[in-house]
Amino acid sequence: MSALETLLLVLAIFGVLTGLSVIVLSLIWLERKFLGRMQMRMGPMHVGPFGLLQPVADAVKLMAKEDLLSSLVDRVVYWVAPLAVFVPTFMIWVTIPVARDLVIRNLDMGLFYIIAFSVLSIVGLVTAGWASSNKYAVLGGFRAAAQLVSYEIPLILAVLGVAMLAQSMNLEEVVNSQSTVVYALVQPLGLVIFFIAGLAELGRTPFDIHPAESEVVGGPFVEYSGAHWAVFFLAEYINTFAIAALTVLLFLGGWLFPGISGDVSALGVLVFLVKTYLVILVVFWIRGTYPRLRIDQLMSLGWKVLVPLALVNVVITASYMFYGWSAWSLSLMSLAILGAAIWGLSKRMRTAPTPEYTVKLYVPAPEASNAG
Amino acid sequence: MSLSLVVFYLLGAVCLGGAVGVVVSRNVVHSALLLLVSLMGVAGLYLLLLAEFLALVQVLIYGGAITIIVLFVIMLTRVQEFRAMKDNPQWPLAVVAALAMFVLLAAAMIKGAPSETTRQSVSFEELGSSLFTQWAVPFEVASLVLLVALIGAIVIAREGGEE
Amino acid sequence: MLEDYFRQYGLIAIFTAIAVILPGSLLVVSWLLSFLRIRPSKPNDVKRSPYECGMELIGDRWPQFNFRYYMFAILFVVFDVETIFIYPWAVQFKQLGFFAFAEMLVFILILVIGWAYAWNHKALEWR
Repeated sequence: MSALETLLLVLAIFGVLTGLSVIVLSLIWLERKFLGRMQMRMGPMHVGPFGLLQPVADAVKLMAKEDLLSSLVDRVVYWVAPLAVFVPTFMIWVTIPVARDLVIRNLDMGLFYIIAFSVLSIVGLVTAGWASSNKYAVLGGFRAAAQLVSYEIPLILAVLGVAMLAQSMNLEEVVNSQSTVVYALVQPLGLVIFFIAGLAELGRTPFDIHPAESEVVGGPFVEYSGAHWAVFFLAEYINTFAIAALTVLLFLGGWLFPGISGDVSALGVLVFLVKTYLVILVVFWIRGTYPRLRIDQLMSLGWKVLVPLALVNVVITASYMFYGWSAWSLSLMSLAILGAAIWGLSKRMRTAPTPEYTVKLYVPAPEASNAG
Repeated sequence: MSLSLVVFYLLGAVCLGGAVGVVVSRNVVHSALLLLVSLMGVAGLYLLLLAEFLALVQVLIYGGAITIIVLFVIMLTRVQEFRAMKDNPQWPLAVVAALAMFVLLAAAMIKGAPSETTRQSVSFEELGSSLFTQWAVPFEVASLVLLVALIGAIVIAREGGEE
Repeated sequence: MLEDYFRQYGLIAIFTAIAVILPGSLLVVSWLLSFLRIRPSKPNDVKRSPYECGMELIGDRWPQFNFRYYMFAILFVVFDVETIFIYPWAVQFKQLGFFAFAEMLVFILILVIGWAYAWNHKALEWR
């Protein structure tokens, strides 16, 4: 490796690091401000102009805060779990391009690489819950695993649809193949599945079943405070940005925009960032609008609606590609199926009876209550 | 010593260290996490053998799915009751099984040792084309096996759930 | 080409190291701050008790694991393995011809049978 190459590599890695930290800080501010305005509040105001320095102040506070460790915590796993969540979310940035040729490494199996590593952070959440030795945390960990695992399947299948259209898993090629029409128009069904499953992977409203404050008081993170919690927080925001970035790259044409030459990197980055922030605003908008799903609704939506839709998406895309049907036919089929699914769902939501619930109250065994 | 050999020994140490940790650790959840470390080491070994896709599959299936299953199984069995478990009466059997496995693998390795010079990767495209033409029947059989696994799991779960 | 391959994954290894060091250093810095007396550390029994909505701990630390979580994990493994089989096909099914195409349709059909079985036996239900 030549000296120049090494220098470029170091620069690229530093670029990713600073880029991601600035993005995380901006996202924290944006979320608070945006949610505030949606709820007719002002949001952060006092630290810096427009409260812009609020996330920095938060970060300092988190670092300098007393670390409250419960005496029952399993120390080693408690320390490792935030790292186990963070590492995969950071690693997928190796292969996410922000403009043409502006990527640390363009892997030929980029899409598969991202999918494979994103699954790893689920393990971190389960172990975080377990290490906390707290009922809410353990329950939150279980919920996290069950939910993330269920939505991973539609996510993988939706990505598969894009890989089929582009005939490649290289993210740069995926974007380049959208130079005439973006895949959001070719495959609207895929976009919807990917976005819903992505939201669920992030554990954001309406899919925030595992950190649900009113049910499991923060889920796996109950016992985490200070810097440990900051690491989870960081991972969550990097993940939010990653899902939005992937939505843009896979379905909205990445750094391509009609009339803007993609050859100029700076313009490309700008287009990419604008698109990604718009997608993120939609994510925040959804958070400010919808209530949380019940866990049984969540699982039904994943397995009974999204999985079959994703499979149908794969099959129609395959047929369209294989038989070389005309360009608009896939869009039409996609839209028709999407419409039918929405119609069926809304009809069911209006007529379906509330499922019978058998709530089992926790009755401690006599010896257990004495021991505790 | 070439760089790849150094990496190989490092990864081997990760695998073995993780595996020894799995057995030695007194806490079952720690064992499960060490198993994850060991499995990641195996993924690294696959990468070293130029099996890119296999390595990623290892991360996805073993690192993600199987580890979660293992953790769930451990939590299903109420870990806290087995915290101080020191010994297992079946250990002689385990030793015999492990030795037999070792002999089998060692024999296979000696007999079919790949030459170091003809190392080459099978591209992802070649993998796909051979899987879907030459190995079409095993491929379909694999899907049937998975179907059976799914049905089996559901049947067992129902029996467990409705007693 | 081979060199390029190893460089690629060497890069990922470096990236992994950074991914560990970055949050690790965050934790360590925060820990070091406690020596500078910037970060307070005054634990007491109440602070060190596990969170239980302000009450004393009732019963076990770990709640009884519910079987239904396990069910979904099993479903995930099966579906996960099946979907990765589709990947090698997806990026080149046009070249592979009709046989491979039909083959994959059969494969997906078998997958759907399993899925329908699961639904029919209420395995997709959250009970």
